[in-house]
This record gives sequence, C-alpha cells and structure tokens, in this order.
Amino acid sequence: MADTRRAVERPISPHLTIYRPMLTMMMSIVHRITGGALFFGTLLLCWWLLAAASGPTAYAKVQAFMGSIIGSLILFGYTWALIHHMLGGIRHLIWDTGRGFGPAEREWLALANLVGSIGLTIIIWIVGYIFIGGAR
Amino acid sequence: MSHQFDPMRTPRSRVSFLGSARSGTDHFWKQRVSAVALVPLTIIVVFIVIGIMGRNHAAAAQILGSPFVAITLIMFVITSAYHMWLGMQVIIEDYVHSDLKLTLIMLNTFFCFVVGLSSVYALVKLSFGV
Repeated sequence: MADTRRAVERPISPHLTIYRPMLTMMMSIVHRITGGALFFGTLLLCWWLLAAASGPTAYAKVQAFMGSIIGSLILFGYTWALIHHMLGGIRHLIWDTGRGFGPAEREWLALANLVGSIGLTIIIWIVGYIFIGGAR
Repeated sequence: MSHQFDPMRTPRSRVSFLGSARSGTDHFWKQRVSAVALVPLTIIVVFIVIGIMGRNHAAAAQILGSPFVAITLIMFVITSAYHMWLGMQVIIEDYVHSDLKLTLIMLNTFFCFVVGLSSVYALVKLSFGV
C-alpha cells in the first residue's frame, strides 16, 4: 500500500461541517475535549501532591491559588471534566457490550451523560463547601 | 512488539499469518481495562480530595500519607497516566499528519511519565514521613 506519489487533489468525503449538530455528536466531541483537558489538568493534581510533600510554604501557595477566583474556576472545570469523562466512559463501556445503540437509547444516554455530569459536579462542590465550612 | 509475543495467540496462527498483522485490538483493550479501573478509583479519589480540601498542611500531609489514601492515590495516578498516555496518542494520530507527529507522540510519553512518577514520588514521601 506504500504510495510514494504526491497526493492528488481528489474529492473528499463530507466532514463535520456539513452535518447538523446533534447531541450525540456533541457529546462525542466533548468526551475527547474533556479527555484532553484532564491530560493537562493532571498537572494540577501533581502540583498539589508535590506541594504537600514539600512543606507548609509550598502547600500554602497551592491553597492560595485554589482559593482564588481563577483557581476555583479551573478546579470547577476540572471537576466537571473528570465527572463528564467518567460518565462518558461508562457510556462507551455500555456500548462495548453491544447495548444502547438504539435511536432512543443513545439520545437518552447522551442526555444522561450531560445532566449527570453537571448535577454531580454541583453536588460535589456543595458537599465540598459544607466540609470546608464545617469540620476541619 | 506486542503482537509477536502476544500470549493470547497460538503459534499456529502466527506461522500461518492469521489474525492481526499489527497490534490488533491491543491498544483498544488496554484503554478499556484502564478505563474500568479508573471508574471506582475516580469516585474514591473525589471523596478523598473533598475530605482534604480546606485543611492545613499538617492535616493534609497526614491524610495523604495514610496507607489507604496513599495506596488509592498511587493507583489512581499510575492508571490515569497510563490511560491518558493511550488517549493522547490517539488524539495526536488523528489530527497530526506532519513530521511533528513523532515528536508529539514522544513528548506525550515523557509528559505522562513525568506527571505520573512525580505524583508517586510525592505520595511515597508523604507515606514514609519527612
């Protein structure tokens, strides 16, 4: 199959731009984007752990960053990306068993993925704030 | 490569050139196994992080260094690094077709190793005390 000739201009098959945006399509794209975001978000987890291992001064810096508006937004986004990617992954695992491919099922799964990730993220943050506000 | 030493393949299938010519479902399968492992690990880690957030350094370091928390986090960090290494490779292969591809695939490996090993180092240090 090794073709060393220069690529010729050929008609190409239709790509993303010609399709009407659909929920299932969007969830597929978002799954990949959240995966990419989590790739770099791991740096945050790594920084946090290294700071805890380094000492109080380094840890205070992380806490100051996480407590800032920018830091909180990044952390909130990281939480959502993590939960969304996890639920999306479970959806893929369901598909791997051959189930959930019907028109109604896949729409329902896509919606459950989105609603579930937003809902769980909010719940996690509420529980987090109760803990931080309460017992230390 | 893995296809040559795949324990799931019989020598008979290899000599008669049956089955996959390359790695087959190897990448896919490793991706799924790490995904399955990450579901419970992620849920536990979320609870651990909630429990630590807002505490001072001494308390955080003590919790992070306790056996259950440290072991869970080490498993989470290693599995995450492995899972994202596989995932980012697919993203690069899908979108990058220039000479940059090989460099990026290499950088992906380095990044995952650095992040994974640094996190494990931190957790081991916290576990064995300073």
